[in-house]
Amino acid sequence: MNRYTILIYTENFIGILNRITIIFTRRGINIDALTASESRLDGIHKITIECTVTEEQIIQLVKQIEKITDVIKAYYFMDSEVVYQEIALYKLPIDSLDASLEKVIRQYNAHIIAAEKEFVVVEFTGHKEDTQALLETLKPYSLLEFSRSGRVAIAKPRFSVSEYLNNQTL
Amino acid sequence: MIRGADIVVRSLIAENAKHIFGYPGGAIMPVYDALYDYSDQIRHVLTRHEQGAIHAAQGYARVSGQVGVALATSGPGATNLITGLADAMIDSTPLVCITGQVAAHLLGTDAFQETDVVGISMPVTKWNIQVRRAEDIAPAIAKGFHIARSGRPGPVLIDITKNAQTDSGEFNYVPCLSIRSYRPYFEVKKDEVQKAAELINAAKRPYVLYGQGVVIGKAESELKAFLDKTGIPAACTLLGSGALSEEHPSYVGKLGMHGNYAPNMLTNQCDVLIAIGMRFDDRVTGDLKRYAKQAKVVHLELDPAEINKNVFADAPVLGDCKQSLSMLNQAVNPNSHEDWMSKFKELELLERESVIANDLSPTKVGLTMGEVIRFINQYKADDAILVTDVGQHQMIAWRYFDYKTSKTQVTSGGLGTMGFALPAALGAQMYDYSRQVICVVGDGGIQMTIQELGTIMQTKAPVKVVLLNNNFLGMVRQWQQMFFDRRYSFTELDNPDFIKLAEAYSIKATKVSEREGLSEAVADMLMHDGPYFLEVVVEKEDNVFPMIATGCSVEEVRLS
Repeated sequence: MNRYTILIYTENFIGILNRITIIFTRRGINIDALTASESRLDGIHKITIECTVTEEQIIQLVKQIEKITDVIKAYYFMDSEVVYQEIALYKLPIDSLDASLEKVIRQYNAHIIAAEKEFVVVEFTGHKEDTQALLETLKPYSLLEFSRSGRVAIAKPRFSVSEYLNNQTL
Repeated sequence: MIRGADIVVRSLIAENAKHIFGYPGGAIMPVYDALYDYSDQIRHVLTRHEQGAIHAAQGYARVSGQVGVALATSGPGATNLITGLADAMIDSTPLVCITGQVAAHLLGTDAFQETDVVGISMPVTKWNIQVRRAEDIAPAIAKGFHIARSGRPGPVLIDITKNAQTDSGEFNYVPCLSIRSYRPYFEVKKDEVQKAAELINAAKRPYVLYGQGVVIGKAESELKAFLDKTGIPAACTLLGSGALSEEHPSYVGKLGMHGNYAPNMLTNQCDVLIAIGMRFDDRVTGDLKRYAKQAKVVHLELDPAEINKNVFADAPVLGDCKQSLSMLNQAVNPNSHEDWMSKFKELELLERESVIANDLSPTKVGLTMGEVIRFINQYKADDAILVTDVGQHQMIAWRYFDYKTSKTQVTSGGLGTMGFALPAALGAQMYDYSRQVICVVGDGGIQMTIQELGTIMQTKAPVKVVLLNNNFLGMVRQWQQMFFDRRYSFTELDNPDFIKLAEAYSIKATKVSEREGLSEAVADMLMHDGPYFLEVVVEKEDNVFPMIATGCSVEEVRLS
């Protein structure tokens, strides 16, 4: 089993995410994380899925995803082939903010992005292992809440969806 | 500006749909109202259940090669289509199904007969969409037809809210020719053909497996030319039957669980396996770990997701097999494989002696399903269409029916849908009243959609129904006998008087229980002008052989 990142470019139609996720459901494969957003191309959405599967499985998954009528293109990458980040937010009570906590925040290169009367929110971006490490570190400071995104990723190998669209022989 | 409901009907007419199969209800009533005005241009067939409508559309699509159209209302009307959608999805049948939906402002409110049919049908459609505005109807239908029929065909569902049907919009039908995110076809690569040709030319024991892709791709003559030139033995899948005349010298039989002995056995002796438009279904391959491991595999396939899915291809050739076969025909050397072919003949003899002789010309008292098919062959037209349901009768009819031309095989292959045959036969017959449509069905399956006798009565479609009655769910009983210690758990049926039932629907009916009179009864049926119902009471506990039991290898095919 390997950890893979799937990058999917789709039309922005209702239900497309459902069509993609049922491919995983049907095969009993868990999605580790999922992120969806508009891509830099007008009307085209980019969906990033992280999953842990065998090479045979990832090849099948991506072929099945590409088969969806409204999917423009899908690619898969090993962790070493993508640059990726996840963002994490940590909510802490205001009284826990002391010198030692400030030191932790500095060490991690995290930021306080909101300070309210009762609490502060710390933001930290990195790989899951990093955000997880900070989570463990912050737990003793009466951590109130934690939220982590799926990964966003940029592939190292060069490919261009807009070029692909232009080259489509219609 | 015209009504959305008129847009629906005029779009279907613009797509050259001649027949639609359906059932009305609240949320689709505006479309039914519109149909009233266009009955001279499009014929609507009222079935007795929505499942009947979609199976009829499937039968129609299979024999015509055109997109079948089904129409249903929201809620239960729409959910009754699901089995047919799943069936069409796995058997690559082009369909456009139109369902009514509650008005847009009621969506998500649990309104009367509201069901999320777009959500429910997603895993069993090639594409689906909900349309909520009149002006979006025609583009959706255009796109739906394009997707259903292009590439690897499949079912499409278009859910239209009631307000979209009653509102007005501009109508200017523009057929859909391409979609930027959708690639139905791939240019066949010369180097892939070359690599395949090299393997084939060097092969000592090459072996062709052909499937429904040949029929869908209209590549029957290219397949024949390939086999004429190379002399390679060729076997077919269930849905590939008819793509090649069984009288062709290369034809060696049928593949899979209840296929022929030699074609299964020798799969593990060939050196190059050439798969054409088939997907290595588990019913064909048996245990994959022991399937053709000695062979290099050439796979001609249109759907990229099928390549390397079940069997690794040493030489995949992606693309329409009509194109790839004609390119391959240029690149392969003329050859003959007489020694190799004679191995098939030897094993065929074995099967003939131990199975086929007893099936076709039994010496015991009880009638066999096989001998019924033998008489059908004797009297049928060359281009007669065989429609079967699912179970023992399906396998026996497939094994013994004399397929002479393409698009003569209509059955539920991948999904194994009992109840498919009767409505599918009706649909096949609607396409062409002049063709013989022979619907062979078991006593279990026919009762799942027996209400469609009413549609046959109303349309007077001259379907010939042959009920092979053994008062059992025969295939399940066979498995219970073989693998569950003869514990016949809930497989024996107390059946109604089928003859009275058929007659109640004003269909001429005959029952045969003895050998004497069988031949004449089959002949009478096929000569009858109009629908006909022939019940043949067959041996209660006959089994279908050869058989590859689940989990076994193709070479473990049993003759008894």
